[in-house]
Amino acid sequence: MVPIDAVFALGIALFVLGLFGVLFRKNLVVMLMSLELVLNGLNVILAGLGFHLRSPRGSIFAIFVILMAVAEAAVGFALILSYFRQKKTYDIDKLNELKG
Amino acid sequence: MFAWIPLFPLLGALANGLLGIKFFSRKAVQAVGVGSVALSFLASAASFVALLRGSEDVLVARLFSWIPPSLVPLADGGTAAFAVDLAFRYDSLAAVMTLVVTGVGLLIHVYSVGYMAHDRSFARFFAYLNLFTFAMLVLVLGANLAVLFIGWEGVGLCSYLLIGFWFSKDAAAAAGKKAFLTNRVGDFGFILGIGVLLFVLGTIDLGSINRLAGEGALTKGAATAAALLLFIGATGKSAQIPLYTWLPDAMEGPTPVSALIHAATMVTAGVYMVARLHALFTLSGLALDVIALVGAGTAVYAATMALVQFDIKRVLAYSTISQIGYMFLGLGSGAYAAGVFHLMTHAFFKALLFLAAGSVIHALSGEQDMRKMGGLRSRVPTTYRVFLVGALAISGVPGLSGFFSKDEILASAFASGPTVAWALGVLGAGMTAFYIFRLIFLTFFGPERMDEAARLRCHESPPVMTVPLRILAFLSAFGGFVGLPHLLGGGAWFGKFLESSTGRHAGHLAAGTEALLMALSAGVGLAGIYGAYVVYVRKRGAPAFRLKERFGALHRLVFRKYFVDEFYDGILVGGILRLGRLAGGFDLKVIDGLVDGAAALTRRLSKISIFFDGRVVDGAVNGVGAVHRHASRLLRRVQTGYVYNYALAVVFGLVIIMALVVTVF
Repeated sequence: MVPIDAVFALGIALFVLGLFGVLFRKNLVVMLMSLELVLNGLNVILAGLGFHLRSPRGSIFAIFVILMAVAEAAVGFALILSYFRQKKTYDIDKLNELKG
Repeated sequence: MFAWIPLFPLLGALANGLLGIKFFSRKAVQAVGVGSVALSFLASAASFVALLRGSEDVLVARLFSWIPPSLVPLADGGTAAFAVDLAFRYDSLAAVMTLVVTGVGLLIHVYSVGYMAHDRSFARFFAYLNLFTFAMLVLVLGANLAVLFIGWEGVGLCSYLLIGFWFSKDAAAAAGKKAFLTNRVGDFGFILGIGVLLFVLGTIDLGSINRLAGEGALTKGAATAAALLLFIGATGKSAQIPLYTWLPDAMEGPTPVSALIHAATMVTAGVYMVARLHALFTLSGLALDVIALVGAGTAVYAATMALVQFDIKRVLAYSTISQIGYMFLGLGSGAYAAGVFHLMTHAFFKALLFLAAGSVIHALSGEQDMRKMGGLRSRVPTTYRVFLVGALAISGVPGLSGFFSKDEILASAFASGPTVAWALGVLGAGMTAFYIFRLIFLTFFGPERMDEAARLRCHESPPVMTVPLRILAFLSAFGGFVGLPHLLGGGAWFGKFLESSTGRHAGHLAAGTEALLMALSAGVGLAGIYGAYVVYVRKRGAPAFRLKERFGALHRLVFRKYFVDEFYDGILVGGILRLGRLAGGFDLKVIDGLVDGAAALTRRLSKISIFFDGRVVDGAVNGVGAVHRHASRLLRRVQTGYVYNYALAVVFGLVIIMALVVTVF
């Protein structure tokens, strides 16, 4: 039996790791992968809490999030691919055309 | 049938005027110009024969309805159905007029072929002549005053065009203008006269007016007003006092024009009109006396001016004014047929005199001053002979046409006109004979006074000019026999023929009185001729010079045409010009000033408006823009465009919201 605190610790660690990856990495692919980490950190907490509370709702939420993540990854990679075809780069710093 | 008469000259005018000037050869132009009048003359002759044979006295041809019937209010408070047709009326008076217009007109057209042979604007000349003939025929054929007025104005217009035919000459252009404007003054009276008739009778049909006037459907006062107003029109068209001044100046036009318009046809329009509306004038009575006095006065007055002129055409011009005065004297005495009779004989002999004078001018390369003529008897024998016939006719030598018509007028004036008018008429007859033979003696007798160059070129005119002259001479000599009086074994057929349209002349004289009057008028004419012979042939003009010296002031007065032109110029024309200048000044100073002032004010206002617009309105708009620009310059820095900056902001925002949620709840 894993203590619930450990579950929170792992989930938050994954979440923060992913968040930092999204905020500070310059590579689009890596950013998208970091986003997956954020989602998965959340999933860990959801599933762990469901197990802890003896309720299937946590797992159900987690499965929804995974589905959404799949869709998000598919759209995200398609965007990145078409971006790469235009700019021949993954660098996020080149993607600032909406600058004021 | 008779409705065709005016059509041919109209077609001729259109053909020559629209096409002839550019495309026709001279031969074609003269064929169209002369041919159309010849056809018209044939139509007139055929209509005349038809009228004689037919039983109807009056024929009317309605072409179309011009003004459809409409109710008009009348002076007496009632209403009448007023309608105007474009209609022609043919009766004995119209027959005489159309025959004279087309007959004399035809001869003058033929003559013009020779006279104008060297002119550049040959086609234009014939187009105008034909147009004039058309207008004159419309005038004499019109069945109502509206149609008559079309012709009335048409001849005025053509007169203007033909007098100013050589418009590059200042004098000719001015003379054309003067003729037109003077006629306009008369026409104004004429229109008013038509208006009075319309207001009183509700009709302007010539037949109806005569019938209604005969029945006494209008008061004497109304008849007098209408008659005098119409007569004002006649004084303009027929060159009577006070509107005669245009005719002498009209001699600036080509000589055939003077013959056609200012002797034979147009100037007789007034005479025709009065004869046409005889019942109206008879009803008035007063108008007849005015006409008789004006006519007799003009006859003597114009004759005095003819006595002293040296321009051969001007002598004839004053003579024309004087002779038309006789016609009016006849009309004013109630002898309408006598007036029209003189109109016809005058058309013959005056056209003859003008054309013969044109032949003289032609022979002398354009010289018109009689002081530079003389001795032409042997150089232009045909012209001399026909001129002599015309002069004898106008002088009233017994047996020639002028004698019969003038005698009839004087007899009527004695019988039923004002006595003073008759006396003036007799005086004028003597002066007529004197001035016309003065002209003959100065031109054809005595020493040759022309320039050497003109003497060498002097020649008789070609047959195309002399043949019409011979025909006119024949008519001048024998044309009077159609009106041979009873006293001399004739039947006064002319007067009888006209009775159906001008009525019977009431005045009648005993045979002895008539014979005495006849002898008197013949004697006066012969005395005039003898006087001219004594002064200008036997004494070679010496008495004339003595008279001129003795009565210098009087001679100057007459020679300068009584200063009437100066009077008209100074008082009327000058006054109108001054008024015009005054109005012009007012326009310039006040009206223009107001307009300019308004414009300046508007400009000043608009300057303020521009300032307000530029500084305030635009300033506000620009200010708003500037504020936004400056604000956005600061704020845009936030929008870096980097995804991670936005993501960081989102995270911070989330953290703050969560912190708030946690602390508040």
